[in-house]
Amino acid sequence: MSTAPDPAAPAAPAAALALGDDALVLSHRLTEWTGHAPVLEEEVALANIALDLLGQARTLLSLVGDEDELAFRREERAFRNVQLVEQPNGDFARTIARQLYFSVYQELLYGQLAAGAGGEPAGALAPLAAKAVKEVAYHRDHAEQWTLRLGDGTGTSHARMQAGLDALWRYTGELFRPVEGLALDWAGLAAAWRETVGGVLERATLTLPEGPRGTGWSAGAGREGVHTEPFGLMLAEMQHLHRSHPGATW
Amino acid sequence: MPETITERGSRSGAEAASGPRTDPGAAGPAPAQEAAFEAKIAADERIEPRDWMPDAYRATLVRQIAQHAHSEIIGMQPEANWLTRAPSLRRKAILLAKVQDEAGHGLYLYSAAETLGTGRDELLDKLHAGRQKYSSIFNYPTLTWADVGAIGWLVDGAAIINQVPLCRCSYGPYARAMVRICKEESFHQRQGYELLHTLAHGTPEQHAMAQDAVDRWWWPSLMMFGPPDDESAHSAQSMAWKIKRHSNDELRQRFVDICVPQAEILGLALPDPDLKWNEERGQHDFGAIDWAEFKEVLRGNGPCNDQRLDRRRRAHEDGAWVREAAAAYAAKRALGAAGPGEAA
Ligand SMILES: [Fe+2]
Ligand SMILES: [Fe+2]
Repeated sequence: MSTAPDPAAPAAPAAALALGDDALVLSHRLTEWTGHAPVLEEEVALANIALDLLGQARTLLSLVGDEDELAFRREERAFRNVQLVEQPNGDFARTIARQLYFSVYQELLYGQLAAGAGGEPAGALAPLAAKAVKEVAYHRDHAEQWTLRLGDGTGTSHARMQAGLDALWRYTGELFRPVEGLALDWAGLAAAWRETVGGVLERATLTLPEGPRGTGWSAGAGREGVHTEPFGLMLAEMQHLHRSHPGATW
Repeated sequence: MPETITERGSRSGAEAASGPRTDPGAAGPAPAQEAAFEAKIAADERIEPRDWMPDAYRATLVRQIAQHAHSEIIGMQPEANWLTRAPSLRRKAILLAKVQDEAGHGLYLYSAAETLGTGRDELLDKLHAGRQKYSSIFNYPTLTWADVGAIGWLVDGAAIINQVPLCRCSYGPYARAMVRICKEESFHQRQGYELLHTLAHGTPEQHAMAQDAVDRWWWPSLMMFGPPDDESAHSAQSMAWKIKRHSNDELRQRFVDICVPQAEILGLALPDPDLKWNEERGQHDFGAIDWAEFKEVLRGNGPCNDQRLDRRRRAHEDGAWVREAAAAYAAKRALGAAGPGEAA
């Protein structure tokens, strides 16, 4: 049973684990919407995004080891996802805020990897990134369209969307901390992210939140295996059946 | 089904709105229209949205398509119950894709109903008000992971047998929707079967889990074909209109005959001591179905009726502000596009 990544492991697996956990955890959160979406078309769209992310997670985790061992048998402290993706769904606006923040990040990150950036160890991720960047462009577009509708819809939707953005802002600083083994242009990524997200929010009549997002507690330390309370409950639900039958095949 | 729709559709669908109308105030249709309709049915031609059709034919189709659409979306719940606990990433992906398909089926079917002049909102309101039904099978709970397999094998399997003949239904849009849907349902059936097969050949605990699921889902699956022929309220007219092609009992028998050898390969028993091959009939005999249970569940007293409907209503109510926002945003855009000044 693998509990924590081997410190002597090469850098590419460390990066694959981090990005794979991001995709796995966000996919799981999105599946929680099934049967609860505000309109039938969104049942389809959210499931679509969750399926794309799950596919990415499976590819990435398989670069590290056995996908099911990694997903179902690691303890909370061994997960390397950013704290943003583990945050509970909240209302639809909060989910869209999480989608916007994360999909813009993921599109930029995969874009750089697909273009061959990131140095030698990142090379293993390039094929996945080239495929995933197209999927993520759709996720970003979906989040963008809903941010516009909610931001510039009704007074209620505007307030809810702004609240969702504000509440999750503190988790965005962590996105730009360099991922072990990926020699990317992190400062450039952060600047591009801010410009893209800021542009969408402006068109949506919303305001880019202010305040700390990289200092003290608020930045999060998901990449080091420090998570937030709701994550443990999520894992308990996700892992319980697999763990109840050690050695079984499904 | 005991329920009938008495009110006429609102004819809000774009396709239907441009078609010829039946006028409830008039004495009756022109004989020529009625004769043309009957001739098309007799010649096995498709009735299309713009064609004249009897009010009762329209109402029957709307009732049936609505019930089918509602079943697709309510049917997402029992399986979504296991989505967050799926025991492997491969199974999770398969189940998520399946549940997504069911939402897609709901979309196709609500669109088919729309061509008859009844919009999705109106049908959802009736579902939420308890005035339209969905398949009673979804009022049973999914208690273990094996239930996901049993639903795929038996419930999707029964749905296919019910629905394949609908691909030749006389109403064009419904028939075409069913062609797409049946293809996907057969994937679901095979995936469910494969899931159960894995469990049945796994650890003793997994095998027991699979057997327990089949024990619980077998009889409700047989009830999916509806009441026995002599009690089926709408069957005769639907057969005459070629909406329905086979009787409930005929389809039920076909299902039993297909499942028996499959259960043998699975290594699982079907919970019916009276189930045996009848050489003379060339079919299986099977035990008596508990129709009292069927009626109770239909009446709203099944294990999950309240839970399913509550969850559906809550999702709809919780989503109201989102739908309002989307409508307000679309209206602003339309206004901006139509107005003299260019919107920013
Ligand atoms: Fe379906
Ligand atoms: Fe299905």
